[in-house]
Amino acid sequence: MNNPQATDQVGELVAVSLRTIVPDIDPAVIDGDAPLQEEAELDSLDFLAFVAQLSKRSGLRIEEDDYGELGTFTGCIDYLRRRLGGQG
Amino acid sequence: MTEGTLLEWLVGPGDAVRKGDAVAVVDTSKSAVEIECFDSGTIDRLLIEEGTTVAVGEPLAVIDAAATAPREPAHPRADSQAEPVAPSLEPAERPAPEPSPAPEPSAAAARALPQASPNVRKLAAQLGVDLRTVRGTGRRGFPTRKDVEQAAGRTAERTAHVEQREPERPSTTATSSGRRITPYARRLAAELGVDHDALPRDRVVRAADVRAVAADTGGEERPAEVPDDVRPEVAVPREPRTGAARTGMRAAIADAMARSKREIPHYYLATTVDVTETLEWLRRCNRDRPVDDRIVPAAVLLAAAAAAASTVSELNGHWLDGEFVPARSVDLGVAVSLRGGGLVVPVLPDAASRSVAEVMSWLRGAVQRARAGRMRSSDLGAASITVTNLGDLGVDVVYGVIHPPQVALVGFGAVRDRPYAVDGLLGARSTVQASLAADHRATDGATGARFLTALQHHLHRAKE
Repeated sequence: MNNPQATDQVGELVAVSLRTIVPDIDPAVIDGDAPLQEEAELDSLDFLAFVAQLSKRSGLRIEEDDYGELGTFTGCIDYLRRRLGGQG
Repeated sequence: MTEGTLLEWLVGPGDAVRKGDAVAVVDTSKSAVEIECFDSGTIDRLLIEEGTTVAVGEPLAVIDAAATAPREPAHPRADSQAEPVAPSLEPAERPAPEPSPAPEPSAAAARALPQASPNVRKLAAQLGVDLRTVRGTGRRGFPTRKDVEQAAGRTAERTAHVEQREPERPSTTATSSGRRITPYARRLAAELGVDHDALPRDRVVRAADVRAVAADTGGEERPAEVPDDVRPEVAVPREPRTGAARTGMRAAIADAMARSKREIPHYYLATTVDVTETLEWLRRCNRDRPVDDRIVPAAVLLAAAAAAASTVSELNGHWLDGEFVPARSVDLGVAVSLRGGGLVVPVLPDAASRSVAEVMSWLRGAVQRARAGRMRSSDLGAASITVTNLGDLGVDVVYGVIHPPQVALVGFGAVRDRPYAVDGLLGARSTVQASLAADHRATDGATGARFLTALQHHLHRAKE
């Protein structure tokens, strides 16, 4: 939260990744703390495609062991911010 | 299904095609289907113009098979035929793959197109009889001419009703702005939010034109504008699909499921399988794979179900005319739910012979095609057994409804950590509830129990 600019950009990255999988979803109405797979009705293939998008757009390799941190929209943002080391 | 509208050619004269290539998109009244080529060669000429409605069995293009002779031996038939005519909506005498766009996706699930001789098919087409509704009395339950004639009498009333409900679409529609636009292009324009004013005026507008405009204007960001006559019946569709397609799909599901519950005495069995070690193996595999290429547990479940169906073959086949007819291979139907409602069941042929990685790669493509509303004709074969993996959406156990004339449906609940005792110690293990709904006319509970035991066994020793 000490770097709102970075949060915005990472949030946008997560939103764009999600919209690639669920084109008509409005990230603004997603409850950031609710289970993302339920909020966006993602099955396991959708979730894999979503993670692949996050990975491609952030340039990070995301391991399956980290899926636990990607359970919510906010969780995805926090995770990417941490991995990206708070850079813009 | 007696006719379809050719929406778009994906190839042109001079293009080399190989068996299995998608060559055209055909619109049935229910959905757009990609027609695959069942011969290799070079497209000599196209016989049907885009936007034309053609009867089942009518040739669409001429393929010069000789052109590929140096690359691969020509189909024997090609030698005897100067001009092999292919692909048609329904092949004259060539068995597979079935390029018929006939099954509305969900009907592929439920009522596989029975095999029938070409003249029976032709008769069915002439009389407007959907072969899937015909109860065959011929060899192995295949429909005969007489069956078709009888069915024609029976279905006359219903057909009339259907026609009333779904008036034939003109092949090319003049829009209010005076443009001529193919139905597919019109739907695409609605889906992508492309304004008709942006489309060319001087010729018939095709899908490619719409895509070009959409790409230029970023049209896909705009809300889809759904014309009145294709308004979806389900509230907010996640992926725009036409009302006709939805109604057709719902009706087909309703028919098949009502028939299932009316005719099939179901019995249900379930068992809990500890998949902790299988998932650990999968995790190790995935560590070495690119993110895109990872295997999801669903692929392992499907592969194991196929293997079990191969082991316990009494559950792999069809109930036809009062007896069980075993299938020659495990053609695995996989229920895929669509965003916004509905269900399609693409089929993986000969699933038991495939590795987990192969199942995964097929699954990824098939789900994508199913959700995009662009199934391939090879996805629409007749399943010998079906799997539903509702666990992916969080439920613990599935009590399935069999898709007639199949005799079994395998259900998987969610894979999650649950309390489970191993060697007298209670711990948290990854478990899944596998269930079986089976036709009691074809098998008894003991057979079902053997199936679940085999399934458990195959899940434990899953490997690539």
